[in-house]
Amino acid sequence: MTNSWTDIKNANLILVMGGNAAEAHPVGFKWAVEAKAHNKAKLIVVDPRFTRTASVADYYAPIRSGTDIAFLSGVIRYLLEKDQIQHEYVKAFTNAAFIVREDFGFEDGLFSGYVEKEHKYDKSSWAYELDAKGFAKVDPTLQHPRCVLNLLKGHVDRYTPDVVSSITGTPKDQFLHICEMIATTAVPDRTMTSLYALGWTQHSIGAQNIRTLAMLQLLLGNIGMAGGGVNALRGHSNIQGLTDLGLLSDLLPGYMSLAKDGEDTRAAYLEKRTPKLLRPDQINYWQNYPKFHTSLMKAWYGPAATKDNDFGYDWLPKLDKVYDVLRVFDLMDQGKMNGYFCQGFNPLASFPNKAKVGAALSKLKYLVVMDPLQTETSEFWKNYGESNDVDPSKIQTEVFRLPTTLFAEEDGSLVNSTRWLQWHWKGAEAPGECRTDIAIMSSLFMKLREMYAKDGGAFADPIMNLHWPYHDPEEPSPEELAKEANGYALEDIVDPKDKTKVLVKAGQQLSTFAHMTDDGKTASGCWIFAGSWTEAGNQMARRDNSDPSGLGVSPNWAWAWPLNRRILYNRASCDVNGKPWDPKRKLVAWDGSKWSGPDVPDFKADSPPEAGVSPFIMNNEGVGRLFAVDKMAEGPFPEHYEPFESPLGTNPLHPKVISNPAARVFPKDKEHFGTNAEFPYVGTTYRLTEHFHFWTKHSKINASLQPEQFVEIGEELAKEKGIENGERVVVRSKRGFIRAVAVVTKRIKALDVAGKRIHQIGVPIHWGFTGVAKQGFIANTLTPFVGDANTQTPEFKSFLVNVEKDTGKPMAAATEATTQATPKTADAGEVDLPRRGWLFGRNKTEEV
Amino acid sequence: MALQSLDIWRRSATTTPSPSQREPIEVAKLIDVTKCIGCKACQSACQEWNDVREEVGVNIGSYQNPHDLTANSWTLMRFAEIEENGHLEWLIRKDGCMHCADPGCLKACPSPGAIIQYKNGIVDFAEENCIGCGYCIKGCPFNIPRLSKEDSKVYKCTLCSDRVAVGLEPACIKACPTQALVFGSKEDMKDHAAERIAELKERGFENAGLYDPQGVGGTHVMYVLHHADKPELYNELPRDPHINPMVAVWKGITKPLALMAMAGAVLGGFFHYIGIGPNEVEEDEEEEKA
Repeated sequence: MTNSWTDIKNANLILVMGGNAAEAHPVGFKWAVEAKAHNKAKLIVVDPRFTRTASVADYYAPIRSGTDIAFLSGVIRYLLEKDQIQHEYVKAFTNAAFIVREDFGFEDGLFSGYVEKEHKYDKSSWAYELDAKGFAKVDPTLQHPRCVLNLLKGHVDRYTPDVVSSITGTPKDQFLHICEMIATTAVPDRTMTSLYALGWTQHSIGAQNIRTLAMLQLLLGNIGMAGGGVNALRGHSNIQGLTDLGLLSDLLPGYMSLAKDGEDTRAAYLEKRTPKLLRPDQINYWQNYPKFHTSLMKAWYGPAATKDNDFGYDWLPKLDKVYDVLRVFDLMDQGKMNGYFCQGFNPLASFPNKAKVGAALSKLKYLVVMDPLQTETSEFWKNYGESNDVDPSKIQTEVFRLPTTLFAEEDGSLVNSTRWLQWHWKGAEAPGECRTDIAIMSSLFMKLREMYAKDGGAFADPIMNLHWPYHDPEEPSPEELAKEANGYALEDIVDPKDKTKVLVKAGQQLSTFAHMTDDGKTASGCWIFAGSWTEAGNQMARRDNSDPSGLGVSPNWAWAWPLNRRILYNRASCDVNGKPWDPKRKLVAWDGSKWSGPDVPDFKADSPPEAGVSPFIMNNEGVGRLFAVDKMAEGPFPEHYEPFESPLGTNPLHPKVISNPAARVFPKDKEHFGTNAEFPYVGTTYRLTEHFHFWTKHSKINASLQPEQFVEIGEELAKEKGIENGERVVVRSKRGFIRAVAVVTKRIKALDVAGKRIHQIGVPIHWGFTGVAKQGFIANTLTPFVGDANTQTPEFKSFLVNVEKDTGKPMAAATEATTQATPKTADAGEVDLPRRGWLFGRNKTEEV
Repeated sequence: MALQSLDIWRRSATTTPSPSQREPIEVAKLIDVTKCIGCKACQSACQEWNDVREEVGVNIGSYQNPHDLTANSWTLMRFAEIEENGHLEWLIRKDGCMHCADPGCLKACPSPGAIIQYKNGIVDFAEENCIGCGYCIKGCPFNIPRLSKEDSKVYKCTLCSDRVAVGLEPACIKACPTQALVFGSKEDMKDHAAERIAELKERGFENAGLYDPQGVGGTHVMYVLHHADKPELYNELPRDPHINPMVAVWKGITKPLALMAMAGAVLGGFFHYIGIGPNEVEEDEEEEKA
């Protein structure tokens, strides 16, 4: 989130699109309810289904899943046509005036530079025109035909209300009504907030869905403002922490990236990641990349990382390609990966095309599952009838189950959606022989190191040199790890302006990443966390919720990265002269000598407005990007591409380029995509308030609140198919089938799309074959194995299915045949996994 | 303020005078249907606090689970899809005991002390005194109490009288994420409701209003409704609930006879129940006052 949960109360308009905040984030949604109750805010919901969020909305409009870019591009067109944008903001704080290279273009669904063979773009033309000094050229009059604003106007011109309605299925009058509501926030004293989640990310065009909204918010002047922003509601506790700590295959902590093949030296690696200034006098904060990276290496390798060995650069892996989860399971399926550690997630249930994931797991030599609960993944080899129709005698994978503690059984910090690191204390001791994930991984590491020390081995350096200074090397404490993530000085750090002044003494905790150096004097496990555990102690454990400004800032509640800033880009809440656009929303302002206010300025605190520094300090041109230059895989402007399984079978805008041209599709998966002739309906998966993913079906109370698998079908389709409410149905895709109860509802309406009547079917995800809820089918049996071109997040939200009444007839197994041998399951410890259910309400094992 | 007082106002089939030294404040739970997101946290918290567990049932084509109130589910989110003039609404109402000022269940109950009304307005069941006759079910104008198949006793929401007694809010109130559920003195809740209704009217819900039905003397669980003119839209919330006239008949004629039978037809018992008469008159007077 750019803003915070508590900030939602400041909004005048709340757009929930690409998410279902009331159901998936009910606790945070209180702030939307608060905005309605006490700020007269209006709530808009745009969703294929009339959700529980829609039930408390002021305005709801249906949309065909996977067409949000068309919808939002239409809104942008409306705002530009009606001239309802925040001109001063757009001119000063976005790249609207920047001139784009002449060789940039867009034609028939493709941007310039497409390399068809590789399904990739050569992005060199997606750039600004530069002057002699290497700075981007701008035209402050916005007259230049190739300035970003004019290119944008041209690009969205096709998205007329009629076209939008025809692609999205949203009735035109409803679309226009929403345009009008959104346009009311173009003025400086009204803001719109956007709450989205996996409804936008889980598409083959997911990242561009979010970009389109970000562009809209920039045009309205709603970024950096209280009650504005682009707000991603994270779906798991600490999933924000996962990305912050770089737990994706190509990332390092603090949004740094792993080196790629060919980046053989530290210098080459750093040069590529240290952006050059594109406009005079800007901050270009990523120029500090070498400081953050060197501090990371010092945290990881300690004294072994020296200037002479490039701070251990050679010990880091160099990627030949990105090893995202889809790639990993594809490799596994090809037999190219034969061992897998599965820590804290449930791929058989959570990844697309269960048949493929199950077949892939069957090809492993060993699978280690670390989890508090008995997961479907740990039981993938076991026959559960139709829902997991495998032959254990043909699966040779050896499965180790290591029971771990749950979050409530350990101390530590969790990062929430709004970047707050909140320390928590364990509520109970773990049962049986559960161990923390830290203890399991540390013991494994110590054992490996011991083996390398004893027997040697190929490339032992990264293991042998790892800095492991913990009191108990078998189980570092959360406190030790948190302090390391924050960072500390290895030598005295002096003020560069006054060398006699010591900023941090050797051995002390850092209070800011501004003190980090690129010469090995500081160590930090995650630079953006600097300030979370300072010499003043654990800032994450603070629990003072007082809010003197009344804007929901509460600066002494826990700690927010970066540097306890609650609202990102808050410099943009003031005009160029440093005066708040809206005095009632003063987050920071120029007070004559510095930037000050209730929030920590996201800016150089002593840089006066006349210095001309722009608010988006992480960008090397200093402004927000309406034109994304080379940052996105499929284009600098968003474009509507159909889902890989499209109910139209074409793209009305450019029939030759139907789906995302830059998305990666593995050859074998293409064969498993269905067509609209065979599978005429749009399927979309989602979660329900009553459950949390595949966990809470282990809890009796949750199971009682939503006991049995169902799918949601609109009344019109149900009538067509002769399906009565409460009857059992079979939903099938090209990849398999599920059986479920039909909830026939008024809340999913058939839509008129490009001359066709389109029906959508809702598939909640929460069932499987473990737990105390009624046994069901894994919803991801149905979903396609393809992801977003930038993030590889799977397209769970839009695929093709068919539906029919369930006659009870047995179906052919969807799972592919697997290899031979006997199943072996080695459970470490005696702990009774189902017994873990107490956390979600007492789970009486005897009742199960 | 003594919200937490559990001074007894009246008990079923009992003549012992109630304490009158203190005058506790009446409490109320306000359910703002317009803020409710149907998350069922209240249902979950109710099971947790009261240490009951609903069975894992089946889906019969609705988000509503379990399908009805049970001896283990004392509160239930009821879902209704309403379409009027092409405008779709998903009305979600938390159902449960309304804690009537004039409780039909208590009036109908023949077992001494099985149903208690505290002076703060909470109507509580003391299951140890329940004989499982089910008359309270017939007496309830909201169809709330449920007979347990396991122990043949009747259960319903206690308004967490055990929590209220120590100054805590009911478990459902604590669990509600959107403050659709609030708890306090009945007066304060009415004030809060008035604010909410004003806001809803401003938003276009002309018929927004408070549900505090006078046919049962008002209730200690009240609703803010967007369509207060049509309470039946909310899964048949009764428009004008009254105690079933049969309960009055039972009270007037049948009850003494039945109680007599239960007392074992002891002669002394007969004289004892003669004494009920004046007591009933008193009750009726109070009803008129309310």
